[in-house]
This record gives sequence, structure tokens and C-alpha cells, in this order.
Amino acid sequence: MKLMAQLAMVMNLDKCIGCHTCSVTCKQAWTNRGGMEYAWFNNVETRPGQGYPRQYQDQDRWKGGWTLNKRGRLTLRSGSRFKRLLNIFANPDLPTVDDYYQPWTYDYENLLSAPAMDTIPTARPKSLITGEDTAVTWGANWDDDLGGGPAQIGRDPLLARVSRQVKLEFQQTFMFYLPRICEHCLNPSCAASCPSGAIYKRSEDGIVLVDQDRCRGWRQCVTGCPYKKIYFNHRTGKAEKCTFCYPRVEVGIPTVCSETCVGRLRYLGVLLYDADAVLAAASTPHEHDLYPAQLGVFLNPHDPRVVAEAERAGVPGDWIEAAAVSPVYRLIVDYQVALPLHPEYRTMPMVWYVPPLSPMVDALTQTGHDGEAAGNLFGAIESMRIPVEYLAELFTAGDVAPVRAALRRLAAMRTHMRAVNLGEPTQPAVAASVGLSTREIEAMYRLLAIAKYEERYVIPSAAVSQAHRLDALATGCSLNGDGGPGMTAFDAVAEKFHLTDTNGAGPNGKNGRINLLNWDGRNIDGLFPARAGTNEGGGRAE
Amino acid sequence: MSQTTNNGVVGLDDTLTESLLRFGRYFHRGEQSTDGRTVHQIGGRSADVFYRDRWAYDKVVRSTHGVNCTGSCSWKIYVKDGIITWEAQQTDYPSIGPDKPEYEPRGCPRGASFSWYTYSPTRVRYPYVRGALLELYRQAKQRLKDPVLAWADVVEDPEKAGRYKSARGKGGFVRAEWWEACEIVAAAHVHTIKRYGPDRIAGFSPIPAMSMVSHAVGARFISLIGGCMLSFYDWYADLPVASPQVFGDQTDVPESADWFDASYLMLWGSNVPVTRTPDAHYMTEARYRGQKVVVVSPDYGDHTKFADEWLPARPGTDAALAMAMGHVILTEFFVEKTAPRFVDYVKQYTDLPFLVTLTPAPPAYTPGKFLTAADLGEQGESAQSKTVLWDPAAGATGAPVAPNGSLGHRFAPEGEGHWNLDLAGVDPALSLLGQPDTEYVEVRLPRFDTAQPGVLRRGVPARRVAGRLVTTVFDLLLAQYGVRRADLPGSWPSGYHDAEQPCTPAWQEPITGVSAAAAAKIAREFADNAERSNGRSMILMGAGTNHWFHSDQTYRSFLTLVMLTGCQGVNGGGWAHYVGQEKCRPITGWSTLAFAADWQRPARQMQGTVYWYLATDQWRYDPFTAAAFASPLADGTLAGRTAADAIALASRLGWMPSQPAFNRNPLDLADEARRLGKDAAQHVVDGLRTGHLRFACEDPDAPENFPRCLTVWRANLLGSSAKGNEYFLRHLLGADSNLRAADNHGVRPKEVTWRDEAPVGKLDLLLSLDFRMTSTTLFSDVVLPAATWYEKHDLSSTDMHPYVHAFSPAISPPWETRTDFEAFHRIARGFSWLAEKHLGARQDIVAVPLMHDTADECAQPGGRVRDWRAGECEPIPGKTMPRLVLVERDYPAIGEKMAALGPLVERVGLTTKGVTVHPDAEVDYLRATNGAVVSGRCAGRPSLAKDTHAAEAILALSGTTNGRLATEGFRTLERRTGTELADLAAESEGKRISFADTQARPVPVITSPEWSGSETGGRRYAPFTINTERLKPWHTLTGRQHFYLDHDWMAELGEQLPIFRPPLDMTGLFNEPAIGATDGLGNSVPAVTVRYITPHSKWSIHSAYQDNLYMLTLSRGGQAIWISDVDAAKIGVADNDWIEAINRNGIVVARAIVSHRMPEGTVFMYHAQDRAVGVPRIEFDEKPGRPGSAAGKRGGMHNALTRLMIKPTHLIGGYAQQSFALNYHGPTGNQRDEVTTIRRRSQEVRY
Repeated sequence: MKLMAQLAMVMNLDKCIGCHTCSVTCKQAWTNRGGMEYAWFNNVETRPGQGYPRQYQDQDRWKGGWTLNKRGRLTLRSGSRFKRLLNIFANPDLPTVDDYYQPWTYDYENLLSAPAMDTIPTARPKSLITGEDTAVTWGANWDDDLGGGPAQIGRDPLLARVSRQVKLEFQQTFMFYLPRICEHCLNPSCAASCPSGAIYKRSEDGIVLVDQDRCRGWRQCVTGCPYKKIYFNHRTGKAEKCTFCYPRVEVGIPTVCSETCVGRLRYLGVLLYDADAVLAAASTPHEHDLYPAQLGVFLNPHDPRVVAEAERAGVPGDWIEAAAVSPVYRLIVDYQVALPLHPEYRTMPMVWYVPPLSPMVDALTQTGHDGEAAGNLFGAIESMRIPVEYLAELFTAGDVAPVRAALRRLAAMRTHMRAVNLGEPTQPAVAASVGLSTREIEAMYRLLAIAKYEERYVIPSAAVSQAHRLDALATGCSLNGDGGPGMTAFDAVAEKFHLTDTNGAGPNGKNGRINLLNWDGRNIDGLFPARAGTNEGGGRAE
Repeated sequence: MSQTTNNGVVGLDDTLTESLLRFGRYFHRGEQSTDGRTVHQIGGRSADVFYRDRWAYDKVVRSTHGVNCTGSCSWKIYVKDGIITWEAQQTDYPSIGPDKPEYEPRGCPRGASFSWYTYSPTRVRYPYVRGALLELYRQAKQRLKDPVLAWADVVEDPEKAGRYKSARGKGGFVRAEWWEACEIVAAAHVHTIKRYGPDRIAGFSPIPAMSMVSHAVGARFISLIGGCMLSFYDWYADLPVASPQVFGDQTDVPESADWFDASYLMLWGSNVPVTRTPDAHYMTEARYRGQKVVVVSPDYGDHTKFADEWLPARPGTDAALAMAMGHVILTEFFVEKTAPRFVDYVKQYTDLPFLVTLTPAPPAYTPGKFLTAADLGEQGESAQSKTVLWDPAAGATGAPVAPNGSLGHRFAPEGEGHWNLDLAGVDPALSLLGQPDTEYVEVRLPRFDTAQPGVLRRGVPARRVAGRLVTTVFDLLLAQYGVRRADLPGSWPSGYHDAEQPCTPAWQEPITGVSAAAAAKIAREFADNAERSNGRSMILMGAGTNHWFHSDQTYRSFLTLVMLTGCQGVNGGGWAHYVGQEKCRPITGWSTLAFAADWQRPARQMQGTVYWYLATDQWRYDPFTAAAFASPLADGTLAGRTAADAIALASRLGWMPSQPAFNRNPLDLADEARRLGKDAAQHVVDGLRTGHLRFACEDPDAPENFPRCLTVWRANLLGSSAKGNEYFLRHLLGADSNLRAADNHGVRPKEVTWRDEAPVGKLDLLLSLDFRMTSTTLFSDVVLPAATWYEKHDLSSTDMHPYVHAFSPAISPPWETRTDFEAFHRIARGFSWLAEKHLGARQDIVAVPLMHDTADECAQPGGRVRDWRAGECEPIPGKTMPRLVLVERDYPAIGEKMAALGPLVERVGLTTKGVTVHPDAEVDYLRATNGAVVSGRCAGRPSLAKDTHAAEAILALSGTTNGRLATEGFRTLERRTGTELADLAAESEGKRISFADTQARPVPVITSPEWSGSETGGRRYAPFTINTERLKPWHTLTGRQHFYLDHDWMAELGEQLPIFRPPLDMTGLFNEPAIGATDGLGNSVPAVTVRYITPHSKWSIHSAYQDNLYMLTLSRGGQAIWISDVDAAKIGVADNDWIEAINRNGIVVARAIVSHRMPEGTVFMYHAQDRAVGVPRIEFDEKPGRPGSAAGKRGGMHNALTRLMIKPTHLIGGYAQQSFALNYHGPTGNQRDEVTTIRRRSQEVRY
């Protein structure tokens, strides 16, 4: 056994209002700069829908994640890593800019500076890539609230997999929202895809990061990640991704997306797991078994043997304590209402989701059935607008049983709490029918409904001192100073955030710089910024 | 996916790859997993220092967004290197208790994107003046050497004025210096006052709660000079007129945490996740507490996702559904069975037991006036305002009783101690059925659900009292709702299944599309839940049901449900109206400063809808009279009267304010009176009586009656709220317009003067203060660069949460931007300087309507319309016509008065909602805190020279933020009610919230008589809990919540009781194509006519943020119209195609968003996507080659397709709760009854 600790997240989709605040605060804090215009470390998708980038879940096309080869060994879907190395200059499985969207801005300046003219001035759209006039034809969130209709929504790759026929018609409408960040997987296929070994998983908290020094911009990780949560910065020529806000969580502050979530649906906490068991779990033959297999990797923080092992493994004391009161552990393991996103990708994702309840179809109402009445509870779940099969395609590789069980627990909680609310006698059978005690169901209610800040986010701060100590060890290279040869292309001070050209109508001075967004995948001139004092493009194979 | 077993061996790829990979990474610092699958490293790599640097910041400042939104969210503004970098929500709201979700975090994606504006290219950095105007002004000034004369020279010359007015909106701004821009503004105001009168000046700035100081400073300037501040809440159509009608209150609603207290919640016309984003979690969390959620919405909206049941009622038909639910509740909880809790509630807290006279209309009757104590023989004026109920226990056979608490007890001296809801042991009869000496009579009731309005005859039990035949409101209500009892005569539904008779569940089904079974089931559940939970059933309602012409009726049908079930005035129950409802919690302090009530009273105020309706000449385009909306049982008093005529009547009867007031300069009128040695008011009355003087509204197109100067700040009138946008552009501004209607079909008014030539360009000066470019700035003559919300001190509050908190500057205003506070003071100083020479001290005659919460409410008892001009009564100011008040205006002193707190605060006291307090100690406190003015006219007064001074004054002078005043107010009120109230504020008597407190952390407010609910002991705010728990009357005629309204005009429209009125028939009224028509643009153009609805957007707060690059990136990047896939298919439109939406009011060019979440026959164009971003030119050319074609002009914004229509009953005044107060009662600027015709246009667009 190799015990490790990870900070993980659970999002309760049943509470997600689809407001996108998380996306905006994340973008403002991390990616509103040149080269990352199109990148949203956190995005929110309306489901059904194509997602961002378009149809990213279609792994037949994008070849993300892992699969099992003929011998039952885990292999990258995009081909063995050996093959990937050979194909390093011709990666056919990269999304194009149109699969994300062509970022744009407007000629706002015209509103003030327009000379006397024949009609009202307006700010017309301009491409952020070329600076030229453009037409807006796709965006970061194009099918929000089912915009696009059956013609667009019908291209949701998951719809094709749902056996029950789903009608995209007014009377049958359903939707819900899926906020997504990097999954910070236990078995990250992005890391496995990287020829430079630039992607790593932090030992102390499991956060998956791109080493900006080591990254050589091969973009194999973009293909390798089945969630398409690695982005190529076309200005620096490096890959970037969600950092789980490590500068924040290191000091005990929640990630930006969590703390600013006005739906109050995100939970952060520690999970202990056996790193040695990950490969076997990820290699579970049958896809339906991947969810239970991942549950099996997690270690019970209340088990004294686990605590002892954690101490032996050098997990700091407050991490062990935090693991014992982890809201994430409770939702994933104790109540089993949270489920992984696409376990069939075999990446062992660490951002889990409570599936959404949804309105009953009208037919049910008209027959006098009642979604809240205890007797009809389970029948009602079968009649939800969101097909359980669709949710199962997202969370359990198509196995409806765990989804159904999670939804039943939510429904049972509502039934039980309604009696409490009205001061009427509770029926212990309600909780029992979903395998929980009355106390447990009320504790789950507290966690999901009252959800105080301190209970949503249990982030040990021991990593702080540790990180600082290690920082001091690792930052000794004098060449890494400002302007030094060790400096990456990032120059945080020069960025000045809003003063970058993200706000300008046209990106001046980008000519000659390679751009992932319209790159043909072959020419690598300008892929990397020239080093000071040389005319070296840096992109050629060394 | 095919799958093989792994034979118990796990590993990666194959052994060769594994070894190669191991080799390739041997130098790696991290620790590779033994399976070679992944790499672990200890964190804090130097390579990732970028993110750590990025996260680093220099300081965090608390501020918020002063946008027209009820969020009032406290934010952290991050600053680095003197630059605002980003924002994130504060999470430090004081707790609301261990068993409730907290308010943290509050915010939404719009607010989260705000900092983008700070340095964006749409930021207004410098003052700008329209080039054509600046040139003319400079030339004139050079010649005349005087700014005022120069302004006059330009605007009084039709050729010169036309030159710059016709250039409005067409670019050509020139940068100016602050001094010059302010000089032009000051000169325009001085000239206008001198030549036309101060009432030709108006200010428009909405929602003070969202930055009280910034609002107050501009309003203070406008008020001090005698200009009029325009109302906005009614103009926005957010005012639920039903609220004053039913509750006698503007709007008072639960804070959002109180949703958590509800155990049954209907979201009805309010898409909470979108429009109440930071509050929505209380709804999602309450579901876990067993709350059932029902959504009524025509589309599958963001909120529908959370519903246990979705009732997709067709747009505008909600009242039919609610009436059917009322039918079920009355049947099952009042007639077939009785729910004791409900019966007790309605007897004590509603007008249901009160007696109404029946007017003979042989062979039946019509409902008439409330029976009053005067009818019973009581003498004195207040007797006419004391309503009567039936005490069955009195004497042998019962007797009429005029209980405590009615209007007659509220203001009269003898009413002291009796204005309360204590029934003193009387158990009134709810119905006269079964009472001795009753007879059954038929009443005639209107119905509007049929093609032509019809008449129903339904029986009620009645008896004679004091010679009059009377019945109870409850008996009338059962008749209205078609709930049959015993053997009452008349035509009644045979049961729920009867689809012919209103208001059964089956009757509503074809109207709404909601099944009868579902309607009945939800109604039953709603009431059952209320019974089991003691009133914790709640209806959350909003724009979807409130922006219609007949929304007052829709809302009354909703309120019926919560009143019948005893939910109003209960935590977790009742109505929760959420659109535009703003709550400036420290209202007394704010209003004192804003209306300069510390220096002079009253301020000039004007009802917004009426003002714009006349100023933009929309009144000329009505091809119908007010009779179009009349009841088939009407007396005909509205027949032949256009809306403009109704406005003229409402003005001269003192119902509504009327500004500009007269066709003369009120300063000149005052001079004249003085010259003649006459009382000013009498002089005006004489002039009106003889016809020498006229109300300006009787001739709105006469140049002397034009509005002349308009200042817009904290607002985007033309890009957001201006219903009838194209009428604004043509008539008010004289700019290009896409208006397609002609006024030659307009019905000529009876009394209002019709001029054949409609004026264009009435306004001389449009001044805007803004930090970004909007339609309003694009059309302005002068644009002043404003500080943003992260660059100033101010205060924010809302009704969604119980805190007051601060704006604080994260940076100083950059470039040449200035706070509104600085700008208005600068303008005021410039104005005063020019006034020395041109104005001096003058007297002004202000016409004031009969005001709510004053004894004026008793002026026109019975709501009987008496027109002095028709000789029906004498013109008596303050009784049968407006009050006429002389106000001193020391114009050269305006600048100094702006910056000092005036003496009326302690001398006269401050009055809010009829309760007066005397803040003498507070004046001393402010003098000490802010410092005293050292010299000049205001020496010794507390300083208001800085924005922080104003903030301190607002907090110190309000009960909600100063416990001493709250307690004093309650003690005053106790003397009137005779019930205990002051204990509600006693726990906070020593608490005074300072501005610094609000900067440190959001501060909970104090229970105060300024509002109707209680926060005492840390409970959640719900409206009217003081009424239900402390027996304090509502501010209505009966002192109870009203089902019945007996004003003459309510009867004219058939709306004495709640009733279903369908959306307006735009085909019948305006000859628009019918919904579903495909030949609306002629047979050759594929087109479809649809209902046109403008809901609030997910990507903006009104027009704010819609131009923000983040919001545009997350949405469709510009103006868009949502259309159902079914309708789109009819005209060959695919997603994202360019379309044109056309009706008589104008033309919109937008992208189509095709979606199956939309119902067929309805399109949404989300509100206030401004034309400033990405709007192409129009292609549609209805008059090829002829002048006047819209082709080639810029497409319109959402209000290009709307226009104003005035509902006459909203003009009612001078009678109990139907009396005027600003933003409280008045016509709404409703816009949802509109239709449009959609066509696919060429996909090549030109900008």
C-alpha cells in the first residue's frame, strides 16, 4: 500500500443554477490574458448539449483517456505512448479553434470616436486572433439553456448512447448544468501523454500541474485529456490548465470557483487513497465496475489502521484530521450520492458530482401522482424529465443503478425532512428504504442544505508550511530571476492583467507567433518565443 | 466499447513502452509511480511561480455594484500595482442562525465581470460634447460673452437647434474640458428656469438603494432648483399596482432567506436562478427541507429545472390559472369544508367581512361602494372613511359595526389610539348567508375571457342596512369566482369540469394550456400546505407576470390565493414579488437628502410613465379610447376619453402629479400673484377657472410645455427602459427613428389639444453621466465621465437581504472621471454662479397631488369622480385638485445648500409613511462627525461636502440604521394604534450604524416603522408581520388587505374584484397581424407573427454587462431573439441566422437562437441588449426608393418594438390606498402584450 492524500471536489448538480459565476471568477483570476482568450479552466455546460470544446466526449474522435488493450493492459486511447512519441509532430487528434470557438472582441472605441455619420455608431465584432472583422458563429457556451435547438443539441455524443429515445421537443424538454474543471485524476492520461514529463501530480495534495519550464508545447496532453481541460497557450507555446488554485488552497482558502459559487454546491475536502491500487482499479475490465473500483481505492479515514498508515506515510496531522471530517468523503463514500464523471475514461477523476433531480413529466401530474409523496417516490424518479440513462452515461458508464440510488437518497431526504419541517411524525422507513438511518439522513441534509462555509470547505493548511519549506529548497537557481535565462515566457508583472491586449480590438504584434487556434499542426516556426539575444525560434527539435 | 479481461495482470501499454518511458524520465525530479503511469512531485515548483505571482495582490477593498439589481452583493476588489485586477465575493455576512443556510457568497457572473469595464475601451474617460452643439455654443459665447445668453442663442434659433438635435446619435463627439461641459449644463439649466420654468427640468436616476449617495446628490440638485425627479419603479412596469391596491404599500416582500421558511413555493413569473442569482440557493436548499416547488412558466427556463411540477401556462394567461385555483380553494376550504385558520385570518386581516352596497341595475344589481359609518348616520368627515361589517351577535338579529383600524381612524384627532385591527370581541359575519332578514339577489359581473366582454349574473345573500341593500365582500368574491352555495340564483358552473363558466379548472384549461386536473391539484396542495404549516405557502412572482397591461389583475388573483390561505404576514408565506422591488432600507435619511427636504418642501416629483407618454408623443398614436378597456357594465364615464384625456383629468383632480405643471413659468405666476397682491394658490385657481391658465398636459405639443433639460445618471434610459424607443428618438430628441406607425389613425382627444404637426426634438439638453458608452450617452448632448462602483464611497441595501453595506474606492477615479457626487456639486456651483446674474432668489408655485399616507387620502371619499371643471364641485386645492404650494428658491445659494444639512430636519422633523420623528440629537451628531460648515449662507450646519458625509447623514437619519429613531417612530405610532410596538426596536435603541461599520462588514438593520416586518430577535424579514402580530392596520381604506376596490373607475373597468383579463388584442387595437399569421409582411415575404416578450437576461442586469466582453463571450455575442424550433422552421430560420423583427413601432435586427425550450408562437428578446454592440443596419425596405425607409439605418434595440399604453385605473388618486406617492402608485410602462413579425433576412450584414 502507498497511502496518499488528495484534495478533491464534489459538485452538487442538483443545486447548480447554471449561472456561470464560477467560470467568470476563474477566468478573471487566471486566464484573462493573451494566448488564453479561448481558455476556460472552469466552464459550465448545459446538458444535453455539445459541451466545450464541441463534442469533447466523443472519444472515438478525440482519443482522450485510457482504454484497455487486447492484453487487458491500460493504454492511452490515442495509441500507446510509444506511438505517441513517434507521432509527436503530427497529432491528428487535436481540437481546432472552431471546436473551442474563435475568440472575439468588439470595436468599442468606435462608440466614442466615430465621426459624424449617417446612423448610430456600433461596436462591430472583431476576431481576437486576426484583429479583422468577424462574425460570431460559435462560443464558449453556445448551447446555454438549450440554445441551438434539436439541430445542435442533438449532436450531444451522449444522446446517441442513451438507449431510450430522447425527444427534443417542447413538452419533453429537460436540461441541467454541468460545471467542469480539471479532474485532477488519480490516473491522469494527460500526464501519461506528455513526452516531456512536464505534467505531474503534486504529492502533498494530488493537484495535477504543468511544469511551465519543462513543457515544450507538444500538446499531446490536449489530446490525452478526455475532458479537454488542458489548454495550449498560443502566446507562450505552453500548456496550461486548472491549478486547483494551489496558491489559495495551500493557505486554506477554497478554490476561486468554489468560494464564488453562489449556488453553494461545491465541496472541498481530503480523500485518502492507496496509490498502489490505482492502476488495478483503472484496469477493471468491465466499465460498470469502474465506479465501485474507484470507491475501493479510497481509504476509510476513520479506520485506525489507515490513520496509522497515513502517519507512517508522512501525511501531516491536520490532513489526517481533515480527512476524517471531509465533506467530500461523506458525499462520495458515506452517502454515495456523489458519482465520478465518465469513469469509463479510466482516469480515476477526483471531481465528483451529485446528480440532479428534475421535474416530473406532466403525464405523472395528470394522473395525480406526486413526486414528493413517500409512496410514489421511486416511481416518480423513473418519471423524471432527465432520463436516468442520460445521467448514467455521464457518471457511471451507463449503469443506471448507482444513479438511481443516489437520486433516491435525495428524494428520501426531502420526504423525511418535509415531515420534520411540518412538525409531523417522521417515518423511519423512509430513510431505511435508501439504506440510511434517520440520523444519517439528517446529517446529509445539514451538509447539503445548510452547507455552512466551514462544512463545505475543509482544507487543511499544513501544506502551507510544507510548500514554503519546499519552495525555499526548490527556488535556488539564480538564473530564474526576472529576465534571466531560466525565466519562462510568463512575466507576471508585465501582464498587468487588464492592460493586456485581451481588451483591445486587435492583437497587434502577434504576427509570426504560432497560434494553436488556427495552427495546421505542422509548421512549428514561432511555436516558442525567441530567447533573449538569439533569433532561435525554439520550436525545432533539438 | 469492447472489453477483454486483463487476466489478472495490470500494466501499461506493453513492456517496451514502459522501459522507454522510464528511460526518458530518469532525470526527472518527481517521483514516478511504480507503474510508470504518472509522476508525483512535491509542490511549489519554481516553474509554477507564475500562478503564485498572478494570485498575489496588494490589497483587497470592499465594494459592490451600483447596478439596477436587487443583489446588493458585497465584493472583494483585488488591487495590484494600483490596478484593479479582479473581484470575488465577500463571505462575511453575519450569520442568520445555525439551522439556516447563510447569505454567503452573494454574486453572479455579471458582477464578477465588472472590473472589465474599468480599463475597457468603452469606458468614458473624458467629458464629451456633441460636436455640432459645441461649435454653435462656442461661437455664440464668443459673440455674447455670457454662457446663458449663448445657450439661449443656440436653442431658441430653430435652425441652429435643429442642426445639433438632428445630429443626435450619429457620432461626432468632441472632447471637452470639465469646466466647459459644466458651464454648458449650468447655462442650459439657468436659461430653462428663466425662460420656461424649473418644472421643464427633469432628472432620471433609478433605484436609490443601489447607491444612495450617488442617487441623492443628483436628485438633491434637481430638487433644490425646482426640477422634477421622475419615478422609475412604475415606469419600469416593476411596480405591482396590485400592491398599493391590496396592501396600501408600495411593495414589501420577504428577504430571500425567508424562502427557506416556506414549505410550498410557487415560482410564478420569476426565473430565480437568472434574475435572483445570489438568492436562488435558498430555493434549491429549501427543497431539501421538504419544500415542494412548482414552476409556472411558458418556457422551460432555468428555474424549471428545479420544479417538482411545471405548469407551462401560455404567456399572459396566468390570472386564469390563479382564478381557477382560487375557485378550488374557496370551494374546498371555505364552502364544502371550512378551514378555521383561514376563516379567522380573513375575518381579521382582510376586507372580506366588510359590507358593500348593491346598486340597482334592474332586474339585478351591481356591486357598489363600501358601506361607511356616514351611511349609518355618524357625523364628521372621517365617518366617510370608516367601513362597516356585520356583527351577528349584536342585539337580537345582529347589527352593523364600524370597527377600529379603518382610514377614518388614521388621521382624525379622535382616531388616536383606535387605528388598530382589534375587533374588540366582535366576530364578524363573513357571509350574510344564513343571517336573519337576508334575501337573495343577483349581481351582474363582467367577464373578459370571451371574444366580446360579457356579463354574468350570480346571486348573493343581501340585506338592508340603513336603508341600503348590502352584502359582504366575501359573498361577492364567491360570486366572482363562481363558487355556488345553497340555492343562490344566477348562472353557476356545474362543477370543476364545467368549461363554460368562469372560474373553474376546466374553464382555464383552453386559456392557459394547463390541465384542469393539474390546476386543481396544485391549488389543493397549496392550501393544504398552508393549513398544515400555519401559512407557509409562498408565491414568488416577477416580471413574467407583472409586465403586462393587466398585471394588476393577475397579481390580485395571486394575492387572493395567499390571503385566503392566511399566508400573508407570516414568515415563509405570502407573496414574494421580485422584479425591480428595491429597498432603500435607510429610506428616511436618503429621501431627506435626495429631495432636499432639509431645506424646502415639497419637492417636485413626476410620474415617469405619464411624463414619457406625453413627452414622446406616444399619446398621438392611440387608435382607441380608454373605453376600449371598459367593462360591459360601465357607466360610460370613460367613453370618448383618450388616455391623454384621462391624464388631464387625473392631473386637475389632484390624483397624479403633472409636470411641467402649467402653460406658464411657475416663477412668473408667483411674481404675478405677488404683483397683484393675491395668494399664489388662489391666483392659479382663478387662472384655471377662467381658462387663462391651463395645465401643460392639456397641450403637450405646445413649445412652452416641452420638457427642456433632462439629466440621466446611474441609468441607461434609451438603451434599456424607454418603451417606445423610436418615439423617444423622433419626438423627444429629433433624431433618426425607425418608427413605422403614423399618428393619423390616432383618436383625437376630447380635451387635450391636438396639433396637426407633431413636434420633433422637444428636448434642448440631454446630459448623461456614465462610465461606459450606452444608447443614452450616444444620443446625449453632453456626456460626463463617471467614476465606477469601485472608485467611490456609497451605500447599498436591498430587500433580498437584511444588511447595509458600503462601496469603497479600490482606486481613485482614473483619467478625468469623477464621482457623481463631485460632478453634481461642480454643476451646482457653476449653476449658482450663473444664477447670481440671471435668476436671483425667486418664488415657485409647486402643484402637489393628493398624497398617500397623509390626510389627503380622505379628500375624495368613496372614490367618486367629481370634476370641478365640469361644475361637479368647486376647485379646492388639496381637496378636489392638487395642492398649490409656494416654495422659495434662492438660486445663487444652491451650491452651498447642496453641501450642508438644512434646518428643517430638526425644526419640522422627518416623516416617512405618516410617522414623524425629530432627529435633533442626530443633527448634533452629524455636526460633530462631519464637521460644521464654517462660513457662508449655511454656516454652522452639518457638512455634506463629501460623499462620506452624505453616507453618514443617510444612516443617522433613518430608523433602520439608528435605533433611537426607530424607537421614537414606534412610540409615535403607538399613540395612533394604541397597541404595543416600541419593544420591536428596544433591543437596538442604542445602536447606530456608522459608515465605517458598513465598510467593515455588512451590518444587519434594525426593525423600524419605516417597513412592515420585523427583524427583531434575529428573525427573517417577512412583510406585514407587524400587521398580523401587532394588529397594526395596513395603509388601506379598511385598514385590512383588500379584495374589493370601490373607486368609480375600478367599476368602469370591471375590476372591483380580481378578474382574468387576457393579454391585449393587438390585432383589434392596432391592426397588427394575428399571432400565427404568416402573411404579416405581405404574401411574398416568408414571415411569422408571434408574441414578443422581453424577459430579464441571464447575461446582463438591464443594459449593464450586456456589452461586457465576458458576458458576450458566454452568450451569443450580441442582440438575439429566442424562437421555437417550430416557428423557426416556418420561415426557414436556422440557429444563429440573422432575422428582422418588425412591427408598427420599429425594427430589430438580431440573431435567432432556435430552441425547443421555447413554446410555439412566442419569441423572447432578452431585455436591454443595447444597440451599441454589434447591431447591423436594417435590410427591410417597405418603401423602396422612397424617403422615410428604415433600410440602411441602424437596427433598433428591444424597445424598438414596444410602446406605452396607459391603463386608466392606474391614474386613480386622492382615495385611500389609491393615492399617489412617487414610485408607489401610477401607470406602469408595461410592454408584454406586444406582437411582432419575424422574417429571415439576408445573411450579409452591414454595420
